[in-house]
Amino acid sequence: MRKLVVRRLALGVLTLWLISLVVFAAVLALPGDAATAILGREATPDRVAALRDQLNLDDSVVSQYLQWLGGVLTGSFGTSAATQEPVRDLLSARVGNSAFLVLVASLVAIPLSIGLGVWMAMKRDKPVDHVGSTTTLVLAALPEFVIGIGLVFIFATGVFNWFPAVSLLPPGEKAWQDPQVVVLPAATLVLAVTPYISRIMRGSMVEVLESEYVTMARLKGLSERTVIWRHAVPNAIVPAIQVAALQLAWMAGGVVVVESVFSYPGIGAALVDAVDNRDMPVVQTVTMLAAGVYVLLNLLADLATILVTPKLRTAAR
Amino acid sequence: MSDRTIDTAVDLGLEGAVEPVAGAGAPVLQKRPWLGILRNALRLGRTRVGLAIVGLIVAVAVFGPLIAPHSPTEFIAVPNSGPSGEALFGADALGRDVWTRFLHGGLTVLWLSAAATVLGVVLGVVVGLIAAYARNWLDDVLMRANDVVLAFPQIILVLLAVSAIGPKLWLIVLTVGITHAPRVARVMRAAAQEVVERDFVKAAEAVGEKRSRIVFGELLPNVTSPLLVELGLRMTYSIGLVAAIGFLGFGVQPPTADWGSMINENMLAITVQPWSVLLPVLAIGLLTVGTNLVTDGVARAAIGIDGRSR
Repeated sequence: MRKLVVRRLALGVLTLWLISLVVFAAVLALPGDAATAILGREATPDRVAALRDQLNLDDSVVSQYLQWLGGVLTGSFGTSAATQEPVRDLLSARVGNSAFLVLVASLVAIPLSIGLGVWMAMKRDKPVDHVGSTTTLVLAALPEFVIGIGLVFIFATGVFNWFPAVSLLPPGEKAWQDPQVVVLPAATLVLAVTPYISRIMRGSMVEVLESEYVTMARLKGLSERTVIWRHAVPNAIVPAIQVAALQLAWMAGGVVVVESVFSYPGIGAALVDAVDNRDMPVVQTVTMLAAGVYVLLNLLADLATILVTPKLRTAAR
Repeated sequence: MSDRTIDTAVDLGLEGAVEPVAGAGAPVLQKRPWLGILRNALRLGRTRVGLAIVGLIVAVAVFGPLIAPHSPTEFIAVPNSGPSGEALFGADALGRDVWTRFLHGGLTVLWLSAAATVLGVVLGVVVGLIAAYARNWLDDVLMRANDVVLAFPQIILVLLAVSAIGPKLWLIVLTVGITHAPRVARVMRAAAQEVVERDFVKAAEAVGEKRSRIVFGELLPNVTSPLLVELGLRMTYSIGLVAAIGFLGFGVQPPTADWGSMINENMLAITVQPWSVLLPVLAIGLLTVGTNLVTDGVARAAIGIDGRSR
């Protein structure tokens, strides 16, 4: 098991390093002189020179990369080309807001979709199952901004005026101090990821419910609740863990669009502004963060799979 | 939605569809197995409903410009004014006819998504089949490269490229296609790995067939059912991504009419003049639901033709 875990960790580090190469290469892809491309043609020579210095554009490409990587590893991500603020200060409050949004969404979505999947499997081929399967099929198809704008129409404008359509926060205030602004963005993310997790959970559960050990447990006279939650679910949940991790990682990208729909003050909306301004240090930092979250979640999902699968747990001990 | 992809058909809860069509021994069960799958898919209600929806939206996008009452860039009414005799669905934030801009705005979304889908699926099939057939260091290298691209949420990789090069339509097609490729490749590799072990591949190797002939002549015809499912699924995700990029303001640039950018331009006035947002949102939502229904029908038919059903 330890060998398996070490191998998996090494693979994660290798992937992260390759990702850093791709993210760094984006600056090289800027047309012409990178500093002029970022600042625009009207920029004064002084500012261009300052940015060239800051991005170390006069050094060799390898040295530029190493300096940038060193900054990323020590948590200093450079200075925003648009506001001249350190990227770290610019993003720190927003990272908290986005993390809060994703946390709320996952805490609702994961139990909800697991429960839904189990329920649909237990009521297989009954009306509940059919309605559930059609609804998840439709929801899975809808782009997240369509879901978000749909929620705005229903809950923030004409029909019910319950929640703010725009998640504005007074300066300095954090999202968790004003939970109302999180409701609709989080609901959008929940509706976007639930279909995937509940479908995989249903499929896996249907298979397990047909297995001999579930029949055996029933024949032993165990209560239906014990059969489902003690015997069936723990065995059916492995594929759902993998998919849930992928869905959580997907949220790192999903927040970009969802935060833009609601003007939610997180890193996703910051990324959109940064792309608009060609603020490469901010773009690179947010991209590295999102990819890092993906690698980390995948790693955790694999470790969780190893832990809940007895065959892997005892293998290569 | 967008990537968030697990293995395609597995997304749909239809793991069986990932398996290749051919029976043991025979290279291909039927001459054109994909035709059989499509024919069976057409018998399913969901496929027909999906096709009808997709047909309707495509018709609006293609023929819309011909029946539009105004020019898409003509100012015809007070900005954000409601429906009137002159403007069926009112005017947008600049005073242009919402109905006209809606009729003009669908075509770009459609062709950008279609181009990105074809690019992504072709790239993914080539990489996946080569990796499955190689079974050596090349397989490892290709899969490692896949993992790197997979680590970026699709929309973020597109935005990274746009921030460096600018909001160009070819760049959107290219990057959306590239982000699809590893997702397609994983599915195709898994499906082809089983075919590689079959006797007819060994026979082809024994008589000295060229490698490219084996990969595209022997493997490809035996993985058409996951390929069809991938095409549909990637199209659904492409539409969502391309429209989202337009919505974020990095797609078709103003003043050209486009469903994605219409939402972007009019979102602020959503409470005053909902139509200019509602129409494009409804069209994109219907289109993705339609393509997903068709994909689901195809996935079910693919399992059925395999002789197994759940």
